[in-house]
Amino acid sequence: MRLSVSHRTTYCYDAPIRLAVQSLRLTPSVYDGQKVIDWQIAVEGGQQGAGFRDGAGDWIESWSVRGPADHVTVTVGGTVETADLTGLLTGHREVVNPAVYLRETLATRADAALTDLARAVADDAHEPLERAHGLSGAVAEAIAYRPGATEAHTTAAEALALGEGVCQDHAHALIAAARVLGLPARYVSGYLFATEDGTPHEAAHAWAEVWIKALGWIGFDPANRCCPDDRYVRLGSGFDARDAAPIRGIAQGPGEESLDVEVAVLQAQQ
Amino acid sequence: MLSRTADNLFWIGRYMERAEMMARLLEVGGRIALLPSAGHGYRNEWESLLQASGTALGFAKTYGDPIQRNIESYLFFDRDNPSSVASCLERARENGRIVRTALTEQVWDALNTAFQEMRQLERQPRSELELGRLTEWTMRHAAQVRGAIDATLLRNDGYDFLGLGYRLERADNTARLIDVKYYVLLPRADYVGTGLDSYQWMTLLRALSAHRAFHWAYGGDVTAAKIADFLILNRQCPRSLLTSVSGAAAHLDHLASAYGRPTPAQEAAVSLRDEVAGLTVERIFEEGMHEFLARFIRQTGRIAAVVRDTYLSGEMR
Amino acid sequence: MTEACFNEMYDSGAVRSLYAALEGWTRSMPAELRQMKQAEAEALFRRIGITFAVYGEGGDPDRLIPFDMFPRVFSQTEWRRLERGIKQRARALNAFLVDVYGRGEIVRAGRIPAHLVYGNEAYEKAVVGFVPPKGVFSHIVGIDLVRTGPDEFFVLEDNCRTPSGVSYMLENREIMMRMFPALFRENRIEPVEAYPELLRRTLASVAPAKCDGDPTVAILTPGHFNSAYYEHSFLADLMGVELVEGPDLFVEGGLVWMRTTEGPKRLDVIYRRIDDAFLDPLCFRPDSMLGVPGLMDVYRSGGVSICSAPGAGVADDKAVYTYVPDMVRFYLGEEPILQNVPTWKCAEEDDLRYVLDHLPELVVKEVHGSGGYGMLVGPKSTTEQVENFRAKIEADPDNYIAQPTLALSTCPSFVAEGIAPRHVDLRPYCLVGETIELVQGGLTRVALTEGSLVVNSSQGGGVKDTWVLAE
Repeated sequence: MRLSVSHRTTYCYDAPIRLAVQSLRLTPSVYDGQKVIDWQIAVEGGQQGAGFRDGAGDWIESWSVRGPADHVTVTVGGTVETADLTGLLTGHREVVNPAVYLRETLATRADAALTDLARAVADDAHEPLERAHGLSGAVAEAIAYRPGATEAHTTAAEALALGEGVCQDHAHALIAAARVLGLPARYVSGYLFATEDGTPHEAAHAWAEVWIKALGWIGFDPANRCCPDDRYVRLGSGFDARDAAPIRGIAQGPGEESLDVEVAVLQAQQ
Repeated sequence: MLSRTADNLFWIGRYMERAEMMARLLEVGGRIALLPSAGHGYRNEWESLLQASGTALGFAKTYGDPIQRNIESYLFFDRDNPSSVASCLERARENGRIVRTALTEQVWDALNTAFQEMRQLERQPRSELELGRLTEWTMRHAAQVRGAIDATLLRNDGYDFLGLGYRLERADNTARLIDVKYYVLLPRADYVGTGLDSYQWMTLLRALSAHRAFHWAYGGDVTAAKIADFLILNRQCPRSLLTSVSGAAAHLDHLASAYGRPTPAQEAAVSLRDEVAGLTVERIFEEGMHEFLARFIRQTGRIAAVVRDTYLSGEMR
Repeated sequence: MTEACFNEMYDSGAVRSLYAALEGWTRSMPAELRQMKQAEAEALFRRIGITFAVYGEGGDPDRLIPFDMFPRVFSQTEWRRLERGIKQRARALNAFLVDVYGRGEIVRAGRIPAHLVYGNEAYEKAVVGFVPPKGVFSHIVGIDLVRTGPDEFFVLEDNCRTPSGVSYMLENREIMMRMFPALFRENRIEPVEAYPELLRRTLASVAPAKCDGDPTVAILTPGHFNSAYYEHSFLADLMGVELVEGPDLFVEGGLVWMRTTEGPKRLDVIYRRIDDAFLDPLCFRPDSMLGVPGLMDVYRSGGVSICSAPGAGVADDKAVYTYVPDMVRFYLGEEPILQNVPTWKCAEEDDLRYVLDHLPELVVKEVHGSGGYGMLVGPKSTTEQVENFRAKIEADPDNYIAQPTLALSTCPSFVAEGIAPRHVDLRPYCLVGETIELVQGGLTRVALTEGSLVVNSSQGGGVKDTWVLAE
């Protein structure tokens, strides 16, 4: 499928900033499931800095905006040719050892409930792949999709207790549960093409990947009860939402920051 | 050099000069208070000192009535008063510790010794500490630091930032001292020319360690015009407004040529220097002494702000 | 137990030739003169401003580390062996770091468990796949050594991040030379004063790919409230480089810049004295005010060098320590010259059982602890202390390792009653850049309390000048 993405993020400040520095993980991954036709990143009034591919295979690009400025706008967009690999991340070059992703973070710490959820799945399923599917399903059952129920800092355990959340909470819960079973797991950020008939949501999307020794990394999207296919554009990964954030930035200045995001993913005209 | 280093050096200069100013103010107050109380200005002269040092509000909050002993404590020892001698010496020393690499051993030693002795003074009973001893002690240490700077420091940009701090602070302080005398102590015109008037002027000169120099330079009767000329316009007087602002302009000229670029800070200092140099005592009295001094204090404040924006904030491109 | 230890001054009752001159020196020094000299030394230290704030204790921020004037002496032969051993270890530790942030051959070969490396808190994912200039992660390796006999040296721990204390090595020597010039005329003592220049050259030799001219080096300090600030400013001064704080720096255009009075000045090599977690709020702790936003991106793309490299801490972890001799064999194909202290890992069941059975005889340490905190010295502890510690170990065995109580060597030291043997250790500072350098000397720490084995300055230890005699 050929998808076109346009994504604009604007940070506004109520007092002028001195300097803003951003580290952007906003370039589609290079793997067998997607091919970039064209892609641009621009930061209004900004200067492009270092760019490099990190150990997890993500392309990182830094930008800085010299003040005084009252807003910073990051615009990304382009066209990506995607293929359905049923969640497999084949042809992706990375150096990080999967064992690194057994590390827990604040957001993905498994409490007793998450441990119980994982153990219950393990009782019925014995193969790692089967378990990963089981966990994804169990998380989808346990956390109903409801925007606004949680916030950026909500942890996996809190979302499970609440029984509601968004894609970020689903991914965190799946990661936490997978690690309980000794399966390395990580957070993936990207885009999702929403078809007209309406089921999928959230054009700026997140899901999880679980490491299955025989197959490598495999994506699971509990929010949509599926594995990522050709409607998905993968940007990058991390331990959790914070670590995998597409934009990490700091503005130096006394002002308060407010945020505005617009994302659209469309099927490109051939 | 790092902007932060320049900033620390600038503030060493300012704090050391300010510590000295506080000691001089205390001396003025102490001497004027020796006069019989009849015939004083309409305000308590101690209170006027607090006004001059810009600390009246803080003092009133802590101590209430301006009593000499309390004022001494407040202006000399009180760490809650950011302008007290103790606060200034401590900050000067802390700034020095931060930029040890930009100072010579002698300068650091002088700063550190003043601070260590200060801590000893603080441990002594106040009843053993005469005001005269405290002010003399401060002047001595201030002189040691200045001497070490003069004798040992490389004449590089760091020296200029230190000197700039000293000169701008001194310009401001001398202006405030004159203002105390002129505006606060003697508000009524019919005192002008009386014995009290000239006693106050002489006390002021004495506090600036300039009473003998004044006589050498002018001779004859002490008049307000002669003293104003001496403290404002005389290039030979080391603490006059013209000398201070010329010094600041010279440091900024030096920086601009060393860095190979003129700056708005240099421009502002040169224009103030030229303006003061072109003045006469008559013109100043015409404008009104207090009005002139208030304007001058504002202008030096503006130069300090431009220096900060230009060199010290790290925003130079 | 002090009597049973090797006293470095004697050999079967006779004074070793190394110490012969010092024996005469102490004899010729009456108690009053010694006290006068001691006071003089203290006044010098205080005037220079070398003081030390003890972590987490409050108290006098201007406290001095006690300086013991009695020097410790090594012969050329002794030193040469130590030097070979230290350099070998520094090479192996760096090879390990390059490996585990790359292909991880040593893990694949099964020589070290994967979880000790990849599950280690000090292992930084952000560094994976990056090889720093010249393949060096740890540019200043501080190796803590103890001695139990004429030829028995053991490595107590490795410090691959930012070992401190080198200013004491330099100042101790400076003060000894000022106070006792005759000693230095009579003994041929190898100088240590080249250290700052060697350090500067080491740092310059690992300039990043994008640096085309003479590299600009700076020391990054957490600030003047830090207890080691004196050392930071001392080294900056002796190297002739800027001492910067995080807010003095910013990134732009893929490079790091210093804010100066003449505008931005490019910075190529950062000798950082702040922890990984505080380096870059975009990459590590987002609340860090000490670091530089965007620094890691510049680092990864070859715009700046950071010494030691972020992530170097995975090599000096106390659990990884036990594998260092294996690293020497694996990467260098050599037998280790310096031995480890035998260590039981409480993470392993058999070891744990042994440790719990022999607690009163052992020294137990936290895997991530430092500064002598959170440790148990079994033979010096009360039953109650031992039992309290037992509970801690049982609650979290992975967090502890244990070692036998070594009969640490002693060295004569000046104490109130005169001269008495006190336990010592040694920290040499090995510099790793284009070449590997080691000055002939180091920091000797001494436990000034009789019988005490804890030499940490944070627990009342003192320091000594350390001599290596010329041939």
